[in-house]
Amino acid sequence: MSDDPTPVLRAEGLVKTHHGEGAPAHAVRGVDLRVRPGEFVAVTGPSGAGKSTLLHLLGGLQRPDSGSIWLDGECADGWREARWAVERRKRIGIVFQFFNLVSDLSVADNVELPALLAGVPPKRARAERADLLAELGLEGKERSMPGELSGEQQRVALARALVNRPPLLLADEPAGSLDSKGTREVMRLLTRFHQRGQTIVLVTHDARLASAADRVISFFDGRIADDAALDGGAPPRRAGASGVLELRD
Amino acid sequence: MRLPLLALLARGPAHGYELKQDLELLLGSAYPQPNVGQIYVTLGRLEKSGLIEGEDVEQSGRPNKKVYHLTDAGREALHAWFEETEDEPRVRDEFFMKLALAPQTGLADQIALINRQRRQYLNTMRHLSKLAAAENRDNRIAHLLIEGAMLHLQADLDWLERCQEELEELE
Repeated sequence: MSDDPTPVLRAEGLVKTHHGEGAPAHAVRGVDLRVRPGEFVAVTGPSGAGKSTLLHLLGGLQRPDSGSIWLDGECADGWREARWAVERRKRIGIVFQFFNLVSDLSVADNVELPALLAGVPPKRARAERADLLAELGLEGKERSMPGELSGEQQRVALARALVNRPPLLLADEPAGSLDSKGTREVMRLLTRFHQRGQTIVLVTHDARLASAADRVISFFDGRIADDAALDGGAPPRRAGASGVLELRD
Repeated sequence: MRLPLLALLARGPAHGYELKQDLELLLGSAYPQPNVGQIYVTLGRLEKSGLIEGEDVEQSGRPNKKVYHLTDAGREALHAWFEETEDEPRVRDEFFMKLALAPQTGLADQIALINRQRRQYLNTMRHLSKLAAAENRDNRIAHLLIEGAMLHLQADLDWLERCQEELEELE
């Protein structure tokens, strides 16, 4: 395995326990993970399995009780909040279920903000924003406020997450609050960015969304229960897709 | 394929190859392409049972083609078809039997069974996603067909998840 490229993301022995009221909740119980450059990994599992906590650990939004994380081979163990905040602008883009757009900033400002915060000159931030909004079919929506958009908020959130061209995109239930059509749209967009080489780690309970990935991790009770590459090459042995679609005689 | 062919003939007479093309156009590339031989055989059976009638039409320089039209009995059969509801898709599940019986045999591990089955479903789901991406965006019927298949698979995957949650607790 030594000739593998440096993983974009690597985790060893991650553990996180939530101490709230009542018994401690073991959200993540010893997770090892490597994500190679250009890989699209989906983490699926029932709600409460700890998959969102895992994603938060990977994005530095929460600190593990034990275990280590490496970004591009660089160990993040000693990083404080300020350093993680910088990395979340530069190396990691995050999309959340409820978009988390700034409601009193326009679409354009929402997307440009992380670029400006990362020290990108305003002119370039504008250019990047224009490119991404065009790419995501949001031309003409620059001056809209997030509240005026319906199904398009997730596209704005995606543009915001990608404006600094982060090597890693983390997505936490990005279609969680969308209907079936919205889910398909998110799927299409993630697939498109993946095809251009974007590394993605996606957390979702939706198997349709997960099937856009080329590797699916099943997460149960804080642990990886299965880690499967979806080949997408040879069709499944017997019935497979055509069997599911077949009309009965 | 009997009733779909009857339904296509409800619009007016047609020959076998036309019917094949109409089905393909309607259902899109996602649907397994009907085999033309199978269509001719089915048309023969429908004619034998009096639901359609065929008429030979001469073609210059080529063999005659047979044009079929719906009979009154055929129209009746179609009415009955539309009138009836269909069985639920999952009345029997071989996988469930494996899961139920595995512990008693000592030959297979339930969680391993679930993981393997999940991989297959996920791979099928991926194929369906690819079919959906390749299908003409305007063909609504084809997209609904694929979406229906995906939702069924989603339900199966949800159920596997439930099995895993329950059975892991016992371990």
